[in-house]
Amino acid sequence: MAWLSSLVNAALEKCAVTTPAQLRATGILSMNCRNLNYISRYNPRHLLPLVDDKLTTKRMAEKAGVEVPKLIAVIEYQSDIRNLKSILAPLQQFVIKPAKGSGGKGILVITGRDGEHFIKASGDSLSFDAISRDVSNILGGLYSLGGKTDLAVIESLIQADPIFNDYSFEGVPDIRVIVFRGFPVMAMMRLATRASDGKANLHQGAVGVGLDIATGHSLRSVQRGQPVRQHPDTGHDFTALKVPHWHKILSLSAACFEMTHLGYLGVDLVLDRNLGPLILELNARPGLAIQIANGQGIEPRLKTIEALRQHDLPIAERVAFSQKHFEALTSES
Amino acid sequence: MRETMKGRFQLGVMITLLILAGLGLTLYKHFVLGFPLLGKDTSTVWSIEAWVSFKAQGGTAQASLTLPDQQSDVWIMDESFASPGYGINQINDGGQRRAVWSIRKANGRQDLFYKVRLRQQPGGPTVNDQPEPFITPVLPEPYQTAAQSLLNTVTEGSADASSFAGTLLSHFNASKPDQNVNMLLGMVEEGVKAPDLLINLLHMANIPARIVRGLQLEDGRRRQPIVDMIEVYDGENWQLFDPRTGQSGNAENFFLWQRGAKSLLDVMGGINSDVNFSIISQQIPTRELALTQATQEQAALIDFSIYALPLEAQNAFKIILLIPIGVLVVLFMRIIVGLRTSGTFMPVLIAMAFLQTQLLPGLVIFISLVSIGLWIRSFLSQQNMLLVARLGAVIIVVILLMAAMSILSWKLGITQALTVTFFPMIILAWTIERMSILWEEEGPGDVLKEGGGSLLVATLSYLLMSSRIVEQLTFNFPELMLTLLGIVLLLGQYTGYRLLELKRFYPLVRAARQPR
Repeated sequence: MAWLSSLVNAALEKCAVTTPAQLRATGILSMNCRNLNYISRYNPRHLLPLVDDKLTTKRMAEKAGVEVPKLIAVIEYQSDIRNLKSILAPLQQFVIKPAKGSGGKGILVITGRDGEHFIKASGDSLSFDAISRDVSNILGGLYSLGGKTDLAVIESLIQADPIFNDYSFEGVPDIRVIVFRGFPVMAMMRLATRASDGKANLHQGAVGVGLDIATGHSLRSVQRGQPVRQHPDTGHDFTALKVPHWHKILSLSAACFEMTHLGYLGVDLVLDRNLGPLILELNARPGLAIQIANGQGIEPRLKTIEALRQHDLPIAERVAFSQKHFEALTSES
Repeated sequence: MRETMKGRFQLGVMITLLILAGLGLTLYKHFVLGFPLLGKDTSTVWSIEAWVSFKAQGGTAQASLTLPDQQSDVWIMDESFASPGYGINQINDGGQRRAVWSIRKANGRQDLFYKVRLRQQPGGPTVNDQPEPFITPVLPEPYQTAAQSLLNTVTEGSADASSFAGTLLSHFNASKPDQNVNMLLGMVEEGVKAPDLLINLLHMANIPARIVRGLQLEDGRRRQPIVDMIEVYDGENWQLFDPRTGQSGNAENFFLWQRGAKSLLDVMGGINSDVNFSIISQQIPTRELALTQATQEQAALIDFSIYALPLEAQNAFKIILLIPIGVLVVLFMRIIVGLRTSGTFMPVLIAMAFLQTQLLPGLVIFISLVSIGLWIRSFLSQQNMLLVARLGAVIIVVILLMAAMSILSWKLGITQALTVTFFPMIILAWTIERMSILWEEEGPGDVLKEGGGSLLVATLSYLLMSSRIVEQLTFNFPELMLTLLGIVLLLGQYTGYRLLELKRFYPLVRAARQPR
């Protein structure tokens, strides 16, 4: 029997396929398990609108004193598009996003102006008409779940901290922290590449860098599931990457639990040059790719939190707990 | 935590109950009500017509005919009488049903008909009939002596009642009968019926026996006479013997019309009476048979089911009942395999369209419609317009495309493309819209991936839904939907890895292994 299993393993290895037993041993959370055991158990449905609507999230965060990019304007009705020109007139840089969009869809980033035209993050130039068409699409529900009518939110553009300039090709790198019952459990940084078209979206080819919860130091980096050492466009080595304001980032993320009461939450942050860490958006169904970026399964950490006797600790204690228990194994060995 | 455990337990019980109920009802319908599970779809139904004829003599006429009874291996589906001007009565004459035709005044030739439809069905209720007591007969000499000596010989060469009967018959059917048999056959020449003689001989040996009458079931037989057979009681069952061949056993396709020696037909007020039988067999769908039978027996399961609906509604249900199969395929591909499709249950709707168009034409039509639609949609997206209006425009364009496709293909003589109308156009329009957004946002690669996933799932659903076995099972046993529901609930509990995740997380497992 032993030779048979080794034969099967060799064949699987060749096809780059693993087995459920290996995945379980690595503690990898599956999509089904995430949906059933974590999202449906810890994220009550009636709370989901809080994070599905970015405008609500933003207002809630402002009320809770959690830092977010500044809100400039909200376009609610198609007829309001007439005012768009006057709203945009004084702005050099801004972001327009659908309030109920998901997965970064429909987000328009304008980094500058060229006379009448607007310059996108990718360098393309857009006419005002193109922008108002985009806003009209947003309001029509093109990017919202189920095609419901939506709002367009105009907010200030983040001035990315130059510390990451060497690591990102265009676009603003963002940091994703998974917060489970108020405890930060896993983190990664997403860096745009030429292949991802300046978007920090992993499945479009952005680089994911796993971060040590204890220190904010990079652990490992992957692009399209494969480990990489250097940024494919800038050539910069990821091993030296260390995220500043790490403790602040963890505290901000953990605070989102009190704000939303969602038990299983993905918190997306950005580092602003002047303002430091800002909450960009919250996600009640964070993806599983963070495990690949970290080279580690998330399930053992979730189990550790679940096994705790007391969960309603102050933010500082929760962060300290996570930093103590989820320190990267590699630093020990 | 305890709450969830309790919830899980309740759900587990529910799932088990649903699956068992579905399977149980199905098996009940199969084994008790006789619905065909799979395979042979038709069964033979025999139609036997008894034609009684006699010459009436101008006065009151009455004819009575023995009617067949429900028997253990035969199910009588229905019977009917045809006889102009006659009153018909069914009477019970010592445990045997008889039909009595009577008329006050009749003259000349009279024709009366009795028609019965029946189906051979093994494993029916056993008829309990014990032999009646009889008096040992005494034959006139010299036959009595010959009979005694023959019976002694036979007793020596046999062990029990049935072997006794077999041996006795073989003596009578021997090519050179011995002296005693020859003597007894003399009685037959004197006018005693051979079966009656054999019964007497068996009774003399103290073996319960009786004459039965029946018909050999053969398709297309006309003017068939009724055949006399002998039944011998072996202490537990009646064994059937053919007096002409000495063969034992329940002869295949022998339909018992009457037990006992009473006359088959009695006619009063007429002469030259005769009864003839004609037999035809029909192939009838087994399901229909089971339905008729169940309706007659008033099985509640059938009475309150979709079979009670008009035929048209039933046909609609035939397709609707296939949807859960498609749903199951979608769930399986999502939860177990992890395939991405555009629109959760859209593949089921496409598969239903495929059922009308067949697979290949369906795929061709679908892909070409969506491609042309995408091309037109890309033109529309350059125009500044509201989303709802654009969706509406896409729907109208899809309809125009369908019409164009139908007309063009009709002129070209490709009739298959006419089935294009079976595609739900709202679904098509939504698919086009979704695909075009996907194209703009994620690029053509994702469109191919998602579209391909949808078509793959649709094709798999189609292949399952178009299978005859599946169609038969879902329509004949809608109870199976309970089982499907149970399986769906069970799938909803699956927290294991998806097949595609085994590939997705492969680099991770390798990375986790390396440092050690």
